[in-house]
Amino acid sequence: MDFAAAIMITVITATTPLLIAALGELVVEKSGVLNLGIEGMMATGAACGFAAAILTGSTFVGVAAAIMAGMALSAVFAFLVLGLAANQVASGLALTIGGIGLSGLIGAGFVGTTRQPVPRFEFPDLSAVELLKDFPYISEIAGVLQFVFGQDPFVYVSLVLAGGIFWFLGRSRAGLLLKAIGENQVSAHSLGLKVVWTRFLAILFGGACAGLAGAYLSLVYTPFWSPGMTAGRGWIALALVVFASWRPVRLLFGAYFFGAATVLQLHAQAASLGIPAQLLSAFPYIATIIALVIMSVGRTSIGAPASLGTPFVPDR
Amino acid sequence: MRLDIEPRAEVSKLAQILSPVLAVFVAVGIGGLIVLALGKSPVQALFVYFIDPLSQSWTLQELAIKGTPLVLIASGLVYCFRSNLWNIGAEGQFTVGAIVGCILPLATHGMDAGPWVIVLALIMGAIGGALYALIPAMLKVWFGVSEILTSLMLVYVAQLGLDYLVRGPWRDPKGFNFPQSVVFEPGATLPNLMSDGRLHAGIILALIVVGISWFVLTRTLFGFGIRVSGAAPKAARFAGFNAKRMVVFAFLISGGLAGLAGIVEVTGQIGQLQPSISPGYGFTAITVAFLGRLHPVGLVLGAFIVSLTVIGGESAQIAMKLPLDLTTVFQGVLLMCVLAADCFSTYRVRIVSGGAR
Repeated sequence: MDFAAAIMITVITATTPLLIAALGELVVEKSGVLNLGIEGMMATGAACGFAAAILTGSTFVGVAAAIMAGMALSAVFAFLVLGLAANQVASGLALTIGGIGLSGLIGAGFVGTTRQPVPRFEFPDLSAVELLKDFPYISEIAGVLQFVFGQDPFVYVSLVLAGGIFWFLGRSRAGLLLKAIGENQVSAHSLGLKVVWTRFLAILFGGACAGLAGAYLSLVYTPFWSPGMTAGRGWIALALVVFASWRPVRLLFGAYFFGAATVLQLHAQAASLGIPAQLLSAFPYIATIIALVIMSVGRTSIGAPASLGTPFVPDR
Repeated sequence: MRLDIEPRAEVSKLAQILSPVLAVFVAVGIGGLIVLALGKSPVQALFVYFIDPLSQSWTLQELAIKGTPLVLIASGLVYCFRSNLWNIGAEGQFTVGAIVGCILPLATHGMDAGPWVIVLALIMGAIGGALYALIPAMLKVWFGVSEILTSLMLVYVAQLGLDYLVRGPWRDPKGFNFPQSVVFEPGATLPNLMSDGRLHAGIILALIVVGISWFVLTRTLFGFGIRVSGAAPKAARFAGFNAKRMVVFAFLISGGLAGLAGIVEVTGQIGQLQPSISPGYGFTAITVAFLGRLHPVGLVLGAFIVSLTVIGGESAQIAMKLPLDLTTVFQGVLLMCVLAADCFSTYRVRIVSGGAR
């Protein structure tokens, strides 16, 4: 394992939680709902996932608990914005405030507990196989294979998710209907599409993704729980969706670009270049702002779904 | 079974006043259930949270101290929220206000400069917060960037900036390496109002702001413009209100008051700069503003309720071993209940049996 591969692995682990959470939010926003509660759902997902994994000793149960927690919180949000047509921005903020508090309640008993991170897949080392030993470049090939197939399971889930959402939004009938609802809720309703029901499912999916992203933080990334461990990642995921102009493939690249920038900043801190550590820590947030500005310069429309953020109250 | 909502033809004044009250009761009920789930007595918690803080002079003073920054920040947020602008970075503007406001008190330290320092410090703090809020405002006006994300991102930047200053250039050289500035001189702090307590003059400032804000929002053309540009943007445009100018002014006011809250908190309450100067006042103030129904006077009541839970939360941690995070959860639940209750006053809600829509 050489240095470049080691850096690329840290980039992947920094990116994966952002990517998962942002993909979930992408589907929610495509349906016309803005959920600002990602940070709260991620925090609660991280706490629930870690608590469940410690109590049962099973990573799988932990991940399931995190997903359930994210979905439960998003269901509350759905009740407010769909059932009661409440303001989406304020409801999302309430979800973030409540979710961060809830994560503190759940996680408090687990501060200081650590557990083994979810292992990466082991790809058999080809250069050790007798038959292939003298094959040219065998150790390089083995290294590449280990890199491609030897990440933790979440990484592949995030990539499959990205592909799946690309297919769903671009190629499937259900995805087209979802987009139609997000673009024009009134017309969609007139055509007999189930606006509220579709959005409810989309919000639940977004909650599941945010919970899963939280579980990644506490079960793979750190792997422990500490207060405030999401550190604004939920908000960065929200920014990524805008940055990607609501397109899944751009989201994938945007997330990796952003993950790489974060890792670069960590390495700069370690190298102690004489730049204040706080300035380097502020880099991801400043970069997000700059990215949002670059995205918007000289455009009248940045590709947001037309009904995004407007409450839906059917006429009758 | 499904939930049907339809707009009410007329929204009654009474319903508008009662809906936040109802929300508080529902939120307290949900809070009680959470306390029960944590294995403690909800009745005892109710007393510790909502009754005990009202029973003693010093807790009443603490209530006013906690309420001061909340009232100041929420007063500013009302201008943004009313005109449908989502400044959620008040915490950052609060921090920058504290930083900029502290320049003079730190520069004049040891000079025995007199009370003009605190006056200028307050003004500089407000300007600092306003200029910091100008960043998301100008990015929105010039480039159409969503103010939600930019204002929030700037919170982290401001907090890291403060952290740098108190660990670096502004660290007290005689402070045993603790990350904090020197303690301000008396001329650079807000005077105490009581001889036996910590209540400082910030509360007076906050109440003056509430009075002015009420006048501006309800009795001036500018306040009318703010309200119209939120409720009916098209009408506001036809009436000749410049939308971009409204954005800038709303953010300047909002950021200025958050910055003022920051310097008031530092010069009145803390007395020096530390890495952390706020338990999230900038976010809590969002709940306060909505609980006060975005009304300049209503938010004082909102701040009263919310500070009650903050003080109550601190004593519940000691008396009942209830975690401090319970207060945060309660604030989130409260905001949700307020938003839900709002719906019941503006829509008719019916549960209809039959298929989902």
